[in-house]
Amino acid sequence: MSNIGSYEKRLENFDWSIAEKELGYKTGENINIGWYCSDRICNMGKAGKKALIWEGLNGVEKTFTFNDVRLRSNTIASFLKDLGIKTEDRVCLFMDKIPELYMGFVGILKLGAVAQPLFSAFGDESLHVRLDNAQTTAIITQRKHVSKVRKILDQMPYLKHIILVDYDGSKPLKEREIAFNMEEVEQVENFESFPTKAESPSVLHYTSGTTGQPKGVKHVHYSLISQYLTTKWVLDLQEDDIYWCTADPGWVTGTSYGIIGPWSLGITQCVLDTGFSAESWYKFIEKRKVTMWYSAPTAIRSLMKAGDDLIKQHNLSSLRHLASVGEPLNAEAVIWSEKVFGKEFLDTYWQTETGSMMLTNYPGMKIKPGSMGKPFPGITATVLDTKTFEPITETGKPGLIGFKPGWPAMMRTYWRNEETYQKKFENGWYLPGDRAYIDSEGYYWFIGRDDDVINTGGHLVSPFEVESALLEHEAVAESAVVAKPDDVNMEVVKAFVTLKPGFEANDDLELKIMNFIRKKLSPLAMPQEIEYKDSLPKTRSGKIMRRVLHAQEWGEEIGDISTLEDD
Amino acid sequence: MENMKEVILEYVIEEYCDEENDDVTYDTPLISGGIVDSFSMVSLKRFLENKYSISISDADASPEAFDTVNKIEDLVKRFQ
Repeated sequence: MSNIGSYEKRLENFDWSIAEKELGYKTGENINIGWYCSDRICNMGKAGKKALIWEGLNGVEKTFTFNDVRLRSNTIASFLKDLGIKTEDRVCLFMDKIPELYMGFVGILKLGAVAQPLFSAFGDESLHVRLDNAQTTAIITQRKHVSKVRKILDQMPYLKHIILVDYDGSKPLKEREIAFNMEEVEQVENFESFPTKAESPSVLHYTSGTTGQPKGVKHVHYSLISQYLTTKWVLDLQEDDIYWCTADPGWVTGTSYGIIGPWSLGITQCVLDTGFSAESWYKFIEKRKVTMWYSAPTAIRSLMKAGDDLIKQHNLSSLRHLASVGEPLNAEAVIWSEKVFGKEFLDTYWQTETGSMMLTNYPGMKIKPGSMGKPFPGITATVLDTKTFEPITETGKPGLIGFKPGWPAMMRTYWRNEETYQKKFENGWYLPGDRAYIDSEGYYWFIGRDDDVINTGGHLVSPFEVESALLEHEAVAESAVVAKPDDVNMEVVKAFVTLKPGFEANDDLELKIMNFIRKKLSPLAMPQEIEYKDSLPKTRSGKIMRRVLHAQEWGEEIGDISTLEDD
Repeated sequence: MENMKEVILEYVIEEYCDEENDDVTYDTPLISGGIVDSFSMVSLKRFLENKYSISISDADASPEAFDTVNKIEDLVKRFQ
């Protein structure tokens, strides 16, 4: 029997108080996600239960019980407090998927500070703009990533502490650096979690938009309510499950459903901190006897590409439930997973700003491969007319997805950018920026983004950010960046550039520019193709017309080009 | 003539490693070891194609084929 039982019945008289009651929370009382993910589970008699089974390179493994999580998060919180970190200070987590990342996240929340996880593959410029916007007080990182922090340190007077979790003493520490080895320090038995309230800030995740700098999405401790219930009903986590969320906590899935969801439910989860290969993933599922697997379409399509023979070499019979997130899951992938695993990947739709699942497929509900599913109980969703922003009543007519604000995990604002936050609403609806239609049975079907943001492998990349970085390359005079279709990643970054005099358009320069962006921003933002142009399409006022290039890449109609300047 | 393995190893260290993780050998797992991610693999593939004037098909550019310098050398030789 699944946790949700009947989806239709759950819609009747739904109230978020269901989760509040289960978590023992009452309006106005303290609610601290860090405490809920550690101390509360121990208090429920599960202190000795495994919370994290971690595996790194060469099969190195570490196991942590919920009591270990409690002690280590206490210790980290206490260490940060002694450093002078105060309530609501931003503490950045800039690490691979190592245990310190998971314990650090819980510890920061217990302290009442704001956790700011950032993807460890970010280059120094991507790191800088995000730390600068948040005015981050401390960063917890590893030796392998600290050089990126050192490079921009002079520009960050607000960053007081750089905490190295794997310092080995071989080289002297530099300015503002301090060592903290989680396994070597004395564990702190008692740490009083800060009495955060429902609206106290908890997590700050960064996401990219079409224009401007990345936006810091502010979440609060009350987000736990919908993260807990969606984990329970959609991911269907049950007491004896071994759960594997493949997402990196540098992104929202990795925190909402890679830490908060499973641990607030007291579920054992496992983490594989190595690069992707189909072989290593199947081995991991077999070895860890994974029962619930939450992954992403890009990974699923890569597994499809690796072939079915590899699957036959592994015993994957432990798998009982599969789900996917990050970008639309194509019908072929759903059908394939049913064929090879005997189970369909259930697509879930949500985003950094929503904090928890919004439209999803449910255990026991009829699955229509390629569909986004239906709204989670308590979520009022619709498809809106693009001009009037009124709900579309006609079945199958495309429009903008809209959600009525008010679910617990909804972002509260963009950090220091309330103006942009307000622009996310029209006619009382929150607009996630995607287009869809609803079929006659109430299923939602994804059509595409409503802006120029590139969704590559489930991660959003701002064309503006890449274009700006390209202009910093000595050879680039002008740049335009669009999405290019890709079989595995759905979209990848493609750049069009014109060169400055004296530079020759050739393959070596293309590679140099690619690597320049990879190091400056991130591998995700690196153009996978650069096309040299003599000029870029512009309006008469000089604005580059990205949509002309986009249409060209996707084989679409270019549309109105009356404002295009003459050659 | 340049030793292909050395050239590839030197490029990997130069482009994908820093002073804290530059102890890469011919057998170090690059993709499964997290040194080169799947997006960065595209730039490594482009380097090999430019350097050795070859074209590696997408079907052959698998994470497994790019996982060590030794395997990359085998791949390049197949396309030469």
